[in-house]
Amino acid sequence: MNKKFVLGIYDDEDVLLTAIENIRAAGTKIYEVFSPYPIHGIDDVLGIKRSRLPIVAFFCGLFGTSFALWMQIWMLGFDWPMIIGGKPHIALPSFIPVTFELTVLCAAFGMVITFFIVSKLKPTLRVNMFDKRSTDDKFVMAIEVKDGVTDMAALNELLRSNGAIEVNEKEVVK
Amino acid sequence: MQHVSPIREPLVTGGKTYHDITEDVCRQVEAKPNARWAIAFGVSLIGLAIFFYSVYRTLWFGIGEWGLNKTVGWAWDITNFVWWVGIGHAGTLISAVLLLFRQKWRSSINRAAEAMTIFAVICAAMFPVLHMGRPWLAYWVLPLPNTFGSLWVNFNSPLLWDVFAISTYFSVSLVFWYIGLIPDFATIRDRATGPIAKRAYAILSMNWTGSAKSWSRYETVSLILAGVATPLVLSVHTIVSMDFATSVIPGWHTTIFPPYFVAGAIFSGFAMVLTLMIITRKTFKLEDYITLEHVESMNKVIIVTGSVVGIAYTTEFFIAWYSGVEYEAYAFINRAFGPYWWAYWSMMTCNVITPQLFWFRKIRRSLTATFIISIFVNIGMWFERFVIIVTSLHRDYLPSSWAMFSPTMIDVGVYVGTFGLFFTLFFLFVKFFPVVNMAEVKAILKSSSEVPQGHHNHANSMHGTTSESTIKTHHNE
Repeated sequence: MNKKFVLGIYDDEDVLLTAIENIRAAGTKIYEVFSPYPIHGIDDVLGIKRSRLPIVAFFCGLFGTSFALWMQIWMLGFDWPMIIGGKPHIALPSFIPVTFELTVLCAAFGMVITFFIVSKLKPTLRVNMFDKRSTDDKFVMAIEVKDGVTDMAALNELLRSNGAIEVNEKEVVK
Repeated sequence: MQHVSPIREPLVTGGKTYHDITEDVCRQVEAKPNARWAIAFGVSLIGLAIFFYSVYRTLWFGIGEWGLNKTVGWAWDITNFVWWVGIGHAGTLISAVLLLFRQKWRSSINRAAEAMTIFAVICAAMFPVLHMGRPWLAYWVLPLPNTFGSLWVNFNSPLLWDVFAISTYFSVSLVFWYIGLIPDFATIRDRATGPIAKRAYAILSMNWTGSAKSWSRYETVSLILAGVATPLVLSVHTIVSMDFATSVIPGWHTTIFPPYFVAGAIFSGFAMVLTLMIITRKTFKLEDYITLEHVESMNKVIIVTGSVVGIAYTTEFFIAWYSGVEYEAYAFINRAFGPYWWAYWSMMTCNVITPQLFWFRKIRRSLTATFIISIFVNIGMWFERFVIIVTSLHRDYLPSSWAMFSPTMIDVGVYVGTFGLFFTLFFLFVKFFPVVNMAEVKAILKSSSEVPQGHHNHANSMHGTTSESTIKTHHNE
């Protein structure tokens, strides 16, 4: 099924932020906003919830800590105990560095892999952009059009009156 | 809202627009390689050839090709290892620590500095792996089930901690660097015209569209990665210093080593960043992005860390005397006035005296002076590791086993060769990857550029909206 979108193109982040607020206040649903860089404050005006990735990082890190401690204690304490440098078999202070490193490794990789999965980031040969200028210098606001429901002229006027420098239509083939 | 002091100099000069940033950074990625790049790359390939030849000799004939002897069992290999790892630390410091401190000047230099980190760690890793003599058995350092009845690795050994520290450091830095590259690869992808470039950058950019949701997650991920990379970078050089500090060799067995090594690492790393940045900004005409303000900020870090290192040298010497340990005191007297006095005083001159010149603003802001001093610091920090390692080892407890170390051509070859390896990777990076983080520079453009960017557009396009919306505050950082 094809989906139709109206794209409002902006060239300034402050205008964009105000526009988002006004357009949402007017009761129009914004499908997505694309920008060449992260805009601070856009999360609030778009109503994007805080990411839960730090929680993922915490638990992955916790797994790293426990795994590293378990591994070292089991290997040197139970599986093949040996006296090294007169230390006890389970010499916790000298297990700290490896434990720390594995905590960081698991936290970082766990979080990044989750980020790739939830943001659908994967190597692709062709990427369908709404407007290619949004990775260069333009800010693109996409609003979904429902045939027969959306008043195109009013939407165009709404976008333009809120500072859009261009309003385009785009059909996305699913 | 963030207050930007009016005294602060602009971080982006020349009245750039967003599109100018894209153009300026993508230029060398899209253009055919220029002659200067080709020559520099050619020279690096010669260095790489030297590396391969020296490695071949080391592996074919064994470690006997190096100048090591029974007394000095660690020399250039470990010196070069610590030196290269130390250089890497500046990249992480710039990308992670300065991100946590909200230092905006990091934006235009973090990409290249992180690349430097990754390539420096690759060079560093070569030395312990080659010193193994049989690198194809390098996996023995991992705790893998094995046919010796599962005799595990020794988790009490700092050398094993190093394995974990360096490999974690390398992989986390690589991931951090790559995450930052994804949006910029998307920019290049959307401009690409050639069929290969289009596909290659599409694959590299991982389907990035720049939607608000993914930017929000991207920012969270960057912040958390910075948060974990900061203690990581400190832990790495701490653990490297423990290779020495946990031994009982006079001159090595010191508790001051971890902070002293970390400061030294940042010191040498910033010097290397300066050396590379001064060349890069000139070659690729990035003077508007890597400004004198950036150079000055880095020079300030050099003064601080250089002074920390200077204090560490003095403290070490004082404690050696104050401890009353005869061997410890001898090790230090021997460093400064023994047969390796020239190495010690080269270190002192390059690391303690030269960076103090940066107290003068003129010198701090002079590119030539900065370039020369950065080279001095690089040399000085190499000597620091050489002094610590070789002078502590060469006079053992028994005078009958005293020896001197002299490098062979293969020692020199492996060291010079790693420069070849480093610069080959670095030149490939500057050709095919965006050297300046475009997205981040665009994000600071409004608050930190010379001309209040977009202000005029703003005023023009605002007619029709209420005046209340024009004064709407937005969070800048």
